[in-house]
Order: sequence, then C-alpha cells, then structure tokens
Amino acid sequence: MREALSKNGGPRVGVYICHCGKNIAGLVDVQRLTEYAATLPGVAVARDYKYMCSDPGQVLIQKDIAEHKLDRIVVAACSPLLHERTFRSATEAGGLNPFYFQMVSIREHASWVHTDKEEATRKAQDLVRAAVQRVIYHESLERRRVPINPAVLVVGGGIAGIHAALTIANGGKHVYLVEREPTIGGHMAKFDKTFPTLDCAACILTPKMTAVRAHPNITLWTYSEVSQVEGYVGNYKVKVKRRPRYINEELCLGCLECIPACIYKEAKHPDEFNLGLSKRRPIYIPFPQAVPQVVVIDPETCIEFKSGKCKKTCVEACGERNAIDFRQTERTEEIEVGAIVLATGFKTFDAGRVPYYGYGVYPNVYSALEIERLVNASGPTGGEVVLRDGRKPERVGIIHCVGSRDENYNVYCSRVCCMYSIKLAHLIKERTEAEVYNFYIDIRTPGKGFEEFYTKTLAEGVHFVRGKVGQVSDWATAPEEQGKLVIQVEDTLAGMIRRIPVDMVVLSPGLDPQPDAQEVRRLFNISCSNEGWFLERHPKLAPVNTFTDGIFLAGACQGPKDIPDSVAQAGAAAAESLALIDAGYFELEPTTAYLLAEECSGCKTCIPLCPYNAIAFDAEIAKAAINEALCKGCGVCVAACPSGSIQQHLFDDRQIYAEILGVLAGATAAS
Amino acid sequence: MEEQRVGTVNGQEPTIVAFFCTWCTYTAADLAGTSRMKYPPNVRIIRVMCSGRVDPQFVVEAFAQGADGVLIGGCHPGDCHYVEGNYKALRRIALLKRVLRTMGIEDERLRLEWISASEGDKVARVISEMVGAVRRLGRLDLPAKRRGWDAEVLPHGGPTEALAAAAAPDGR
Ligand code: FES
Repeated sequence: MREALSKNGGPRVGVYICHCGKNIAGLVDVQRLTEYAATLPGVAVARDYKYMCSDPGQVLIQKDIAEHKLDRIVVAACSPLLHERTFRSATEAGGLNPFYFQMVSIREHASWVHTDKEEATRKAQDLVRAAVQRVIYHESLERRRVPINPAVLVVGGGIAGIHAALTIANGGKHVYLVEREPTIGGHMAKFDKTFPTLDCAACILTPKMTAVRAHPNITLWTYSEVSQVEGYVGNYKVKVKRRPRYINEELCLGCLECIPACIYKEAKHPDEFNLGLSKRRPIYIPFPQAVPQVVVIDPETCIEFKSGKCKKTCVEACGERNAIDFRQTERTEEIEVGAIVLATGFKTFDAGRVPYYGYGVYPNVYSALEIERLVNASGPTGGEVVLRDGRKPERVGIIHCVGSRDENYNVYCSRVCCMYSIKLAHLIKERTEAEVYNFYIDIRTPGKGFEEFYTKTLAEGVHFVRGKVGQVSDWATAPEEQGKLVIQVEDTLAGMIRRIPVDMVVLSPGLDPQPDAQEVRRLFNISCSNEGWFLERHPKLAPVNTFTDGIFLAGACQGPKDIPDSVAQAGAAAAESLALIDAGYFELEPTTAYLLAEECSGCKTCIPLCPYNAIAFDAEIAKAAINEALCKGCGVCVAACPSGSIQQHLFDDRQIYAEILGVLAGATAAS
Repeated sequence: MEEQRVGTVNGQEPTIVAFFCTWCTYTAADLAGTSRMKYPPNVRIIRVMCSGRVDPQFVVEAFAQGADGVLIGGCHPGDCHYVEGNYKALRRIALLKRVLRTMGIEDERLRLEWISASEGDKVARVISEMVGAVRRLGRLDLPAKRRGWDAEVLPHGGPTEALAAAAAPDGR
C-alpha cells in the first residue's frame, strides 16, 4: 500500500458515509465512522450524508472529485447489489473512471443485522478501512459491449407467456413460444369465468391464442421443452426438444374427422384436460379451441403403437391430407435468442396430501380445478354441476386455504383461493340453487372490485363460516347427516363446534411451484426462493428481472398471482426484453481474467479448469492465452494459477489481499 | 493503523473473515439484512464473484493477519453461476484443511457452506454457529504466536514485518 501511496503523491480517496435515514444511522455511529475514515491513509475527504443515493448525494461526490482532486471513491451505504451502478455513474459523472469506486455494505451487513451500537460501528470501521485500502489498487477499466440478438424465447404458453409473446411480437421482434402441453392456454383455458368481473375466460383468452397462431413474428412450438441453454445475455443458444405428436402439423387442417373415426368406438381413457372427469380416445385434441388446431396421438393408448395391428381407421379418415405419421420421432431445434422470458406457471397443491379432507377417498370431495371444469359450458357435463352419480347437490361446502397458510404444508397465502372460492360459490349457487357454505380462515380481497364481489356474493345468500375445517367424513351421528358428507369445523365467530352435512365438498387448494421448477431454474441458471418460486432480482425494484441478465420472469412461476397480475408482469417482462434488444448492445461487467504473460510458466494448470474453454495454450511461446470474449469472470483460474500470473479485473490478488488486511487491522491491533 | 479495538474485551472476541460468492451467498447475506435477522457482529464479509475465486492463500493470509476463523460461502452443488466453481472450492478447501491441521489450526476454524440466495436464515445460523465454535476454541492469534516463534529463533524479536510481507504477496 505504501508503494501505491507514494505514486504521484496519490491516491486521494473520497469516503462517503450514508445515513440511509435511520436505517444505518440508527445503529451505526455515522459521525464517528466519518471521523475515523478521515484518519485513514490516503483519504482526502470523508463526509456523511442523509441519503447518498439521492441527487444531492451524488452531486456531492461529483463536486468533491473536482474540488479535492479525488481519484478514488468509497461509498459506505447499502448493498453493492442495490446501488453499485448508481455510484459508479456518479463517479463517472465526476470525471473519473467508474471502476475507481468501491462500495461498502454497512446496512445489510451491519446496521440491519446487529443490535449493539458499539460493535456495529466498529464493524463498519473495519469494512470502510478495507474498502479504502482496496480501492487504491483499482484500475481504470472498460466495460465490454456485446451485441444483442433481437429474437426472444418465451417459455410457457399460459396467459402470461401468451401476453409476453404477443407484446414482443407486436414490437416487431421474433418470438419463439415453447409450450410443454399439446396446446397453449394454460390454466386459464380450463376456467369458465374469471373473478371478480365474471368475464367468460374463453371469450377473452381464445382471441389471444388465435392471435399467437396467426402472428407472423411468432414461432409456436407446443408439445416441446427447452433441453439446453448456453451462452449469456444477448447471445443465448437454446435447444428445444419437440416431442412427436404423430401428426404432421403442416398437413393437419384441424378438421378433427380422425377422432370419431378411431377404432375405439367409445372414448375410454381419462382426459387430462378435464382432470379425468371425462374420457378421450387415443387420438384427440385437448379442447375444441386448442391452439394449434392439431390433434395428438397418445402412443401409450393407441393400438397401432401397442400391437402394430390396428386397422388405422384414423388414417383412412384423414385420407389424402395424409397428416398422420406413426413414424414421427423426437426432434431437436436449435435457436439463438437475445433474451428469455420464463412463464412456466404453477401447479395446484395436491389436495390428497391433507388426509382429513378425504380427497380421493370420498368421491364427492372435489378439487376446485375439477369444479372449474364442471361449471364450464364446454366441460365434461356441459356446465352442469352434478355429483358423480349425476344428482344435483343440495348443499355444498367450499373449504378455503387447503395447503396454504398451514405450517404442515405451505406457510404462504396463495392469493387467489379466496377469490376463486367466492366465484365458485356464486357459480354453483347460480347453477344448482344449492345452499353453499364457505369455510375460511380470513377473507382476503385486496384487488380492484374484489371486496364488492365478496359482499355481492354474501347478499346472494352464500354462507361464510369462519374457521379452519377439522375434518370431512361420512360418519353420520344424526339422522340429517345420513348419506351426507359432514364438515366439522370450529366456527370461531359463533364460538362453537359445528357439523354441517353437505352433498358436495369443494377443496380450494393453494398454488405450488411446478414440480420441476428446480431443474428448470438450473437450466436457465437462475435462483428459486425457499418455497421453490423463481427468484426475482429485487422484490420491489426489479420484480421481473432475475440475477441472470437477459432472463425475465412473468406470471405465477415467480409466485402466486391472479390473471391481471400475471398479464401485467408479462407486459413488464416483454418491455424489459424489448428495452434490452433496442439498446442494441449490453455492457458486461469487466471482471474478466487476464494473463501477465511474462510470469506464465506454461504449466497448463488453468486450461482444464475453465468451464468456458476460454483458456488455450499458445504452443509457440509456451504460455496460456486467455480469450476475454469467452471469459465470464468467475476467477477460478486466478485462484489456481501457481505463479500468480493470471489476475482478475476488479478482483485481483492485490485488491483482495488489501481487503483482508483491512478488515483484520482491528483484530491484529488488539492482539 | 494504530487504533485500538476498544470494545473487544481484552481482545478476546474472535474475528471471522467470510468470502461469499456474489450470486448466492452474498445475496443471501443481503436477504438476512433486509429480513432483519440478527447474527453476531464478529464476521467481516468479502465479496468474490464465485467461491472458486477463493485462493487457499487468501485463507492462510487471513489467519496470518489475525483471523480466528474463515468462512467460505458458495452456491449449492449444481447451482454455481459458473457451472462448477464451487466444486473446485470444495476440493481446495478439503486439501487446505489438511495443511492447516499440520500448522495447528483446528478444522472448525475453516468452514465451507453452500447457501443459496434465498437462505438468509442460513447465513445468520451458520455465522452464529461458527462464532460459537470459534469462541469455544479461543483466539487463534497467529500474529502474536508468530512473534513468539520469532523471539525464540531470531535475535531482537525478528523481522516480523518481512514475514508478513512474504505471506502477503501483494506485489507482483
Ligand atoms: S457463483 Fe456461487 S459458487 Fe460459483
């Protein structure tokens, strides 16, 4: 350090301590910290200020750079992950290279996690000292600019993915929309009405689905999954596996004549789209408005696949259209995109996991999604809400928060269950005139028109009982319970245990992350929250960004959401993608490794360590050669080089040693 | 740098240097902050891009400069932002532990933990545990020990400065 100090009489460090209102100043003695910073070798100016990130705070830095001829800046404030960019810009605006800057987190790493003023202040001093010692070794760096491929990949074709794809495509960019199921539409396609406006879901969704199919800028791949992702922001290389549907999509006209022609006169296989409430044939289309309008053959149930001896009446029906192709195999498409929007959605909580509600035991205990299909005019019963034996229910109980707000399952609130339960209560009452009971812990209606919808449903005569249901059973203890399902609940408003006999029980499960969310996040190199939802970069300020540049989130894959919120977020993710593309280039952090060639002995230790093949061996001079364009800046080779001849910009050995020395100067002084 | 660590009771409070990878563990430490979780103030966090950047010499240097423990935090296996930097860290640390043992530095003083960006609670827990463990072992205080060793073998207390400089290859 002494050496650096003596160079050109420098350095002249400016240190800025942020109060962050009371967030920092409430525990850290900022006055003392500032006075302390002023005594550190190399520090020319030390100041504290209420909000460093505010305009006047930033101007302070700029002015000081000019007035005090500062050549290094340290800001002790919140986390660098939050405001490093802000202060680098301020440093740059003051006329310095933005990398002559170091940030110290004394909020997240001190004032917010400690309780003792003295200790927190001392820790802050150690951290500031380390930063001052480190920043002296900072060098002037250039950001690398990489071009952005203008195409976008959208993963997931539910309402969020559809909306994001359409918005980006309308912006004139090419979109690849990849959906795992044979059709797009997601959960919304299963719904009859949406809360609180009671819009017909199909009426608002299907036009968007058709628009996707018709859009010249959208390539739609259903029945397909992303299998590999390589590259980085602006330049992702993606492999998409396309499962065979045994139908040539180009030739299929969607006439659906093959379906009734199937050798199976009766449909006898459970229909996935209707959650098994109806049957389908081996050749089928998930629902009439499916997009694309292309049938699928299920090889698990098709006789031709099982025995090879089918009469192939479907092929006869298809005739000269010749769209059926039993020999189709899985294909892999390779695409290049600049940005990726993940809209992979959710799964409903498996109500069978709660043993005392009898799902899967009593036939007339349904999950809400099954009821969505029953109330749907194009569902298995044509919109009739009937029990398994075809009777109309006279009394129906709807149990909220199944699997949500429950320490044994998910502790979080799934946000949509109160409202969809109220919606189903309204629809069931409208269709059956049954007595409908809702059992809730709290009613949560925090959306536009939500509370009004709730009061309207109350006025319609739907009963609301506050209490967590203890059990659903068919165990009659009174004549009126005979042949019924009995819901046992502690009515916490009436202050008593009640037994309510009903014909139909509807369980309102919460929302779970997709079962393969962990694999998907690995594929895209992003993080998950503890519950398994994809993690946003910042919960408030970057809710659709991830920690990986160029990958954005839309819809319920980031956390439970209703349709308007999913659409809003999808719009935001689309806007972020468009902004990225329209900028034309992206600036990468200059944390790449570089070689001090004179010192390289050509030992080749580093070469196999690099996961990106960025290091080659230059046989002519017998030294390593680093390709900085391929380097992503992890620093693994730097740590491994036995001669110290590989260094990393912004994290070079001298900088890190200075930091180690800095944080420990207090410890050694005491010993 | 002549200031005193006033609050440290006779210098008996241990100091732990932590190297956290920016993508997972450093982010988790931020989350511990925003969630206002509490942990002992004995730890000093140094940010690196990946746990694979942690040169074993950093660890040795931290001990040489007075750290009582070193904590390394990286992404869970399979989650490293750079594919497998954390596996490299794992191998290096396992080797380093053996070396440290021969120097009389107990295993508990060096800890490697996988902490994902959402595990703020784990940051708080691991730090608390480690501070507890190191406190039980007592101060390591290698700098003082080294002065003692020097006094035994060298006249006039010995060139501690030169040794420290050798341990800190900060010049190239
Ligand atoms: S990036 Fe976290 S361990 Fe490599």
